[in-house]
Amino acid sequence: MSSFFAILIDGAIYASWLFLVAAGLTIIYGVMRVLNMAHGSFYAIGAYSAASLVGWYFSGEHGNPYWSFLLLIGCALVAGAIVGIIIEQGLLRFLHGRDEILMVIVTYALLLILEDVTKLVWGVDPYFAYQPYRLLGQTAVGGSLRFANYDLVLIAVSVLVGLAAWFVLNRTNKGRLLRAVIHDREIAVAMGVNVNAMFAATFAIGSVLGALAGALTAPAISVTPGIGVEVIVLAFAVVVVGGLGSIGGAAAGAILVGLSRSFAVHVAPEFELFVIYGVMFLVLAIRPQGLFGQTLARRI
Amino acid sequence: MSIRNFFTSRTEPALLLAAVVFAGGAWLMPAWLAFLLTLALAKALVVLGVVIQMRAGLVSFGQALFFCIGGYGVGLAAQYLGIGDAFALLALGTVAAILLALACGWLLTRYREIFYAMLTLALSMILYGVLVKSSALGSTDGFNVVPPSFLGWVPEGDARKRTMYLLTVLVAAVAAIGFHRFMISSLGRVTEAVRENEIRVDFLGISPQAVLFVNYVVAAGVSALGGGLTALASGHIDPDMAIWTTSGEFVFIAILGGTGHVAAPFIGAIVFSVIRTFAIQEAPHFWQMTLGVVLLALILFLPKGLWSLVARRSKKEAAA
Repeated sequence: MSSFFAILIDGAIYASWLFLVAAGLTIIYGVMRVLNMAHGSFYAIGAYSAASLVGWYFSGEHGNPYWSFLLLIGCALVAGAIVGIIIEQGLLRFLHGRDEILMVIVTYALLLILEDVTKLVWGVDPYFAYQPYRLLGQTAVGGSLRFANYDLVLIAVSVLVGLAAWFVLNRTNKGRLLRAVIHDREIAVAMGVNVNAMFAATFAIGSVLGALAGALTAPAISVTPGIGVEVIVLAFAVVVVGGLGSIGGAAAGAILVGLSRSFAVHVAPEFELFVIYGVMFLVLAIRPQGLFGQTLARRI
Repeated sequence: MSIRNFFTSRTEPALLLAAVVFAGGAWLMPAWLAFLLTLALAKALVVLGVVIQMRAGLVSFGQALFFCIGGYGVGLAAQYLGIGDAFALLALGTVAAILLALACGWLLTRYREIFYAMLTLALSMILYGVLVKSSALGSTDGFNVVPPSFLGWVPEGDARKRTMYLLTVLVAAVAAIGFHRFMISSLGRVTEAVRENEIRVDFLGISPQAVLFVNYVVAAGVSALGGGLTALASGHIDPDMAIWTTSGEFVFIAILGGTGHVAAPFIGAIVFSVIRTFAIQEAPHFWQMTLGVVLLALILFLPKGLWSLVARRSKKEAAA
């Protein structure tokens, strides 16, 4: 019984992390039709800036340690927005409407560039920012199981992010316009929607979400070169399972992948990685558009 | 003279000549250069697999799957089946990859664009996940490949490097001529038609899916050949052969060389390997950035790759 709870809670923690990582990716794809490989770099940049800032904060006497949580979120907002806007305005703006597969290669090039940029800025030594993680302590569940409260808070944060995204898309004016663009870009343009501004805003939001995922993960890991590359294929798996471009799909994909992985970790640890991509492969083989994706009519 | 004869008559002698020059260089060049070129040519074979898929409009972000299968096929057969002959080992690795491609191809060829890219990526990462967790095969460290024999002869040291180099040149030359014929065959030309307009191909009474299937299996075979040669030459295999960044490198070289001609991936791979050797010595922290910048520049300014420079010049000569 306790292993059942362990699988469930571990799965929920992992799923919430996956959702945070994948949300920005799926929003950018949904609006811009750009499957953004550089999303992994946004994650890495968020993690690095958070780790270095939090490390600085705790190195001296800077007052209440709980302010470090605001620091985590704040630096993700700033770093993600800056990088996102530079990339969108400096490069992607000129490539709107190109082949989706070409954009995968373009963003792959961006990923390669940003990988080295993070190495240049932060060096190759690992960064640690465990203080916020320790600060919240642990909770014992059912006697033998212990979970870090930080991880449990992460679940709440990712639910909040999901709800906020849903609210913006469905209950605000800008969100409705955005959905119009997702649904049919040409008609939206014809109706007077400023699609270019939408794209810039979407890309900035997506990259902020990526950086936020990195910043919130930083206290739980050691931040080293290569974390962005690891994360990006996981995020791909999640959004592809759920259906590219759908927030609800990303949530469903995250839950499915998260639970399968934690099941594998507890029952057959040698299949941990295999399970994630196995799920992705199975879903794609049966429902190529993903669980929540919409089928598009083929154009002749 | 038909178009077909015109192209064969120029390309095949040129490829043969290049192969003879490369082979002759085996005794002139230092062993390290022979080793570098061996790995570059082996890589070019894998890229050839990526290129023929690109000609059909499909970008494989998981060609490392077959690169790795070829490598592990060679390594495992040498270790556990006691096969020592390089030719037999290569054949085994290639057959293993072709069998796998036959099994996956029927599913993969139903997909296009980013879905094809993502599915191929998922397949290669599944193999990576399995290999990383299998401690019998050395997990992330991989294992060393037993030094092969060449028709009963087992060379040592530099002689082995030169023999491996000659073998690779031979395989590459045969593959290049074979693929040149494949590209100008009616099947090869139909793959380009599938890229341009699949539905019209369908209307002509040709099944695009069958065309893509054959294309996929052939690509798998040649990529495995490259993997097998890499394993034999470097003497070591590890799961990183299957990771997606390896596939990304192959896609990079394919774009660098271009898809216009069978020689393009070879030019791309050699340029890539030479630059990388020096770049990693001089500025290791700028290597990926250089790759990224070059990739962007290629997409924006030279979308048909280095080969288009060669092709442009020969067109000018023909005009003059």
